[in-house]
Amino acid sequence: MFSGATRHAAEVDGIMFFIVLSSAILLVLITIAMIYFTIRYNKKRNPVATNIEGNTILEVVWIAIPTILVLFMFYYGYVSFADTRSIPKDAMNVKVLGKMWVWSFTYANGKTSDTLYLPSGKAIKLDLLTSDVNHGFFVPAFRIKEDCISGKQNYMVIYPDKTGEYDIFCSEYCGMNHSSMYTKMKVVSESEFNSWLKK
Amino acid sequence: MTNPETHSNYVSYLDYQGKHKGIWAWLMSTDHKRIGLMYLSGIILFFLAGMTLGFLMRTEMLTHGKTIMDAQTYNAIFTLHGVIMIFLVIIPGIPAAFGNFFLPIQIGAKDVSFPRLNLFSFWLYMIGGILALSSLFLKGGPIDTGWTFYVPYSLRTNSNVSIALLAAFILGFSSILTGLNFVTTIHRLRAPGMGFFKMPLFIWALYSTAWIQIIATPVIGITIVLVIIERLLSIGIFDPALGGDPILFQHLFWIYSHPAVYIMILPAMGVVSEIIPTFTKRDIFGYKAIAFSSLAIAFIGYFVWAHHMFSSGMSDLSRMIFSLFTFLVAIPSGVKVFNWVATMYKGSIEPKVPFLFVMMFIFLFSIGGLTGLVLGSLSTNIHVHGTYFVVAHFHYVMFGGTVMIMFAALHYWFPKMFGKMYDEKRAKIAIAFIFVGFNMLYFTMFILGYMGMPRRYWDFLPEFQLGQTIATIGSYIMITGFLILIHNLAKALFKGKKAEQNPWGGSTLEWTIPSPPPIENFEEIPVITHGPYYFPSAKEAK
Repeated sequence: MFSGATRHAAEVDGIMFFIVLSSAILLVLITIAMIYFTIRYNKKRNPVATNIEGNTILEVVWIAIPTILVLFMFYYGYVSFADTRSIPKDAMNVKVLGKMWVWSFTYANGKTSDTLYLPSGKAIKLDLLTSDVNHGFFVPAFRIKEDCISGKQNYMVIYPDKTGEYDIFCSEYCGMNHSSMYTKMKVVSESEFNSWLKK
Repeated sequence: MTNPETHSNYVSYLDYQGKHKGIWAWLMSTDHKRIGLMYLSGIILFFLAGMTLGFLMRTEMLTHGKTIMDAQTYNAIFTLHGVIMIFLVIIPGIPAAFGNFFLPIQIGAKDVSFPRLNLFSFWLYMIGGILALSSLFLKGGPIDTGWTFYVPYSLRTNSNVSIALLAAFILGFSSILTGLNFVTTIHRLRAPGMGFFKMPLFIWALYSTAWIQIIATPVIGITIVLVIIERLLSIGIFDPALGGDPILFQHLFWIYSHPAVYIMILPAMGVVSEIIPTFTKRDIFGYKAIAFSSLAIAFIGYFVWAHHMFSSGMSDLSRMIFSLFTFLVAIPSGVKVFNWVATMYKGSIEPKVPFLFVMMFIFLFSIGGLTGLVLGSLSTNIHVHGTYFVVAHFHYVMFGGTVMIMFAALHYWFPKMFGKMYDEKRAKIAIAFIFVGFNMLYFTMFILGYMGMPRRYWDFLPEFQLGQTIATIGSYIMITGFLILIHNLAKALFKGKKAEQNPWGGSTLEWTIPSPPPIENFEEIPVITHGPYYFPSAKEAK
């Protein structure tokens, strides 16, 4: 699951870990407190309840601490997201076309393929297009997705690093065979890629 | 309205004979309690229908490839599951059923401000429900767009989108009119002495909800009309082929549908704030914090809608702003949870069935809320958007949150509504089944989603098989629990022991009148002299 196929993927997993860990701590605290109170202040043990109308300091504390915590989550989430939006000058362009229910990829030299071949170690800019309804271009191993919206051209920047095969799914519901709108991304060495491109 | 003095002889609202007989005595009744009960029956029937569809979906996902149905059927079934559960169960759920029944009683009134409008709202609910179901059988075939009706797919498909949308439009009006009725009732009909800060917190929650219903629902109304016009006349609002903008639809849809999430959850939070004091026998901790957090959620909830669209190509700046607001709306929900748990401190706790539901709710809703942080943070959202992670998240919030509390409310107020008591032991067994099954089903989906399993998929890759199997088995365990639960209540309805006026020792006004309540609730309108959660048995803190 935590394959770290790209630097960005490892970063997303790191933020995920931070959020899940802080959430788990909060959840455990809440649950333990709840169960402990229910046992400790059970009617048999504590026949007479005590009224406590509230406590301003406590209210401030449990507003302030979570607010600070979530602002960190917001900040890290935004920074790592912003990285994926800036387009390096030397990025290679590939056109991605979603069509009910296949993907096709067009390269600068006009070559078209139904599998996404990419060279490793280069910045890639994918232009996301559709010829019918909305689709979602989703590469789980890269922890990234962006929709193909009809009438619009969205984009995505990726940095394939390790050679290998990765799943590509459609993540925006697009009708009957939505779940078979699947293909692979094959990341190969630059020389291998260049010879494939010329074929 | 008749003079209260003539009502010294107690007649239960269930036995009361008006000018209509038989079924019409219910369908034509303007009594808020009868209307609430009719909503409740409708909601439970639709819940069972939605649950059956869920059962079919999970069975289909047991193996990859075809298990019991083809892809088109599966698409129609998950759409209907969503439409039924959202529009016919969760949105009307607590406000229409329990709000109608208990709002007037809890504020010491004889009925809502506009009883006839209330009945009309119920009729709209019925018409909408029947229309939604009829779209199943009419020519064109059941809708297959998902409950979000995203364009352009919803413009292109030949299935019965227009009929289903019309159903949602009518249901929307039912919701608006109920909201209007509740706001007016809360402002005008509170018993003498009941200031806003002496209202039960359930009323505060209904009040906040009602405002969202009034303000947000018209947006979905107009959006629906535009989609229907676009389908019939192709004028080019949403269809990119005609120069329209599909993203405009997504904005309009979520400007309603996100606040609608708070229409769904706020009333449940209100019920929790009722149940906890009753079973801890002490005043609620942080009354004002809880009341104001309802308003804060209702308000901030308007500014977060586009977090449903983080991958649809909005500008990076707007993604950042919506991410920030999304994190802020988490705070008031957290405040509520902390105050509820703090109320258990130094209480005198009897963990009866409604309280066990509430404990389960706090656990499940916290998981739902905390995983919302994963969705609020931009780069993690981009990864899990449109996957099982989102499905798991909103089931934890809406199902583990709202629906569990719907059943908590049913078990809390059942003795009051029907004057009968259910088998508590059996209900506890059912809760255990539900708790285990629920977590097996939806927690597994978090993991599947993070692994990359997209939602609304009829088929899946072999690597997801183990998780899918665990989830399906979990769903069977959970459904068993719900069947036990509902059977137990149905049995109690006919054979249950007689319930007392105040079986739990609650402090709000509904426990001061007989079970089941008489036709006009109160013989004499009560005068309120203390807060809603006043237990004379409790010591005052030093």
